Amino acid sequence: MAAETGFEMSGVTVTFGGLVALSDVSLAVGPNQVLGVIGPNGAGKTTLFNVACGFVRPDEGRLRWRGTELRALRPHQLAGHGIARTLQDLGLFDRMTVLENVLVGATRHARTSFWSGLFALPRHGRDERALTERAMAMLDELGIADVARRPVASLPYPVRKRVALARALAGDPDLLLLDEPASGLSNDEMAEIGELIGRLTARMSVMLVEHHMDLVMSVCHDIVVLDFGKVIARGGPDEIREHPAVLDAYLGEDVG
Amino acid sequence: MQQLITTVLTGLTLGAVYAAFALALVLIWRATRIVNFAQAPMAMITTYIALVLIDAGMSYWVGFAAALVSGLVLGALVERFVIRHLTGKSEINAVILTLGLFIVIHALAALIFGARYRSFPAPFGLRGFQVGDTTIALTGFGVFTILSVVGVMVLLVLLFRGTDVGLRMRASAFNQEMARLLGVRVGRMLTLGWALAAVVGSLSGLLIAGGGLVHPSYMDGVVVYGFVAAVLGGLDSPPGAVAGGVILGLSLSLVSGYVGSELVPLASLVILMAVLLVRPGGLFAQVRERRV
Repeated sequence: MAAETGFEMSGVTVTFGGLVALSDVSLAVGPNQVLGVIGPNGAGKTTLFNVACGFVRPDEGRLRWRGTELRALRPHQLAGHGIARTLQDLGLFDRMTVLENVLVGATRHARTSFWSGLFALPRHGRDERALTERAMAMLDELGIADVARRPVASLPYPVRKRVALARALAGDPDLLLLDEPASGLSNDEMAEIGELIGRLTARMSVMLVEHHMDLVMSVCHDIVVLDFGKVIARGGPDEIREHPAVLDAYLGEDVG
Repeated sequence: MQQLITTVLTGLTLGAVYAAFALALVLIWRATRIVNFAQAPMAMITTYIALVLIDAGMSYWVGFAAALVSGLVLGALVERFVIRHLTGKSEINAVILTLGLFIVIHALAALIFGARYRSFPAPFGLRGFQVGDTTIALTGFGVFTILSVVGVMVLLVLLFRGTDVGLRMRASAFNQEMARLLGVRVGRMLTLGWALAAVVGSLSGLLIAGGGLVHPSYMDGVVVYGFVAAVLGGLDSPPGAVAGGVILGLSLSLVSGYVGSELVPLASLVILMAVLLVRPGGLFAQVRERRV
């Protein structure tokens, strides 16, 4: 069944000026699978995510999602396709409350039109209540429902991180792109994120860029290793741990 | 005492108008980091549209509504077809473009409506209310001015805090990239923001014109005062803009009443400089924590 093919990138090449950021990169994330993208700094991981979410148009290559090609993907269409992305710097709306932040993520499910929303027609009230419930459920799942009415700017970093995740999940995505979900977290918090990702695979596919090898090795089904914009290795956690090219690229760094 | 009351009431009415204009500037600044200098001539041209309808025999309120609607349309058109072309370029380009629009709209107004002074009606009395033997400096139109600006404030708060569209507009203003990722049509939100700002600008144009004279440049001074009011409030905050407008209106009225009306423009610039020197983030800026 075509809908079962998940997310695929094939032959993606991106150049900035004369610099090759990605060169002929292909990868696939199956349904309910977790794909990890690792590599040294500057390997092209962020560019890869930027291509996947439409921020960067590749010079060559194709993106397919559930069997259909995503041509000329624009960022605002992403949520409509059921794809959500978190940003490394979180990109929270600082002067909004936690709940409002998450509600923006849930607007994908608003059924009312722009105009009825603008004039706050009665149907809109029901719609908004449903969205609020959805957002609260998401906060509850991440254990931060108690700060729902607080402005995000006042919260400590690990909580802000959960808000960003709750906001991405509020759109009920089928593919979640996580940009360094563990950075800045303690070991305990990292373990919790790992557990959460494991739970999420029951309802979505996940692609993550991450530096913390413990997390990558424990949650990913498949791993793609980038170096200088090229895929130098791919496989399951055990293969990657032993892969000579990976050990080479990470020389001096601790791989798992 | 009598003079103080008169001065304060005049200041409040004037402040309400500055507040409306400052609000229009702040709405655009928040969304796009552009100071829209064309706001004044855009308001001016919509006031002329009202005047043409009123002179043709229609009621004041038809003209009033037509001015606000044409403000909405004009604001949306300017964003969509002029400002949008500069997306991704430095904001200074857009600011210079709004100065260009300022000149173009001025010239067009003079061509279409003529450059002479024309009187503009007011829907309510322009004489002060009588309290016992004394007349206080608050007119029926003054009350209307204050109430309509308060009404606009309330409507904007309801829109931004209470509706889904308002939420998306705020999200677009804070972080366009992230808002897009969450499925917000940021372009539409910007168009709507400019349209709403132009409506508020048109309202201030109508309020200043009421019972007075209009001329292609009758709004030009208001740009200066509205801008000072917006900076007083921190440029970023709609409630700050309103407070800034009221503070400026009161201060200038006091200067005019007790020092001399010829010093009013100077006083507004002194206030602007003082705020920028002492509290560059505006009177209502929250003290930011220092990052260590």
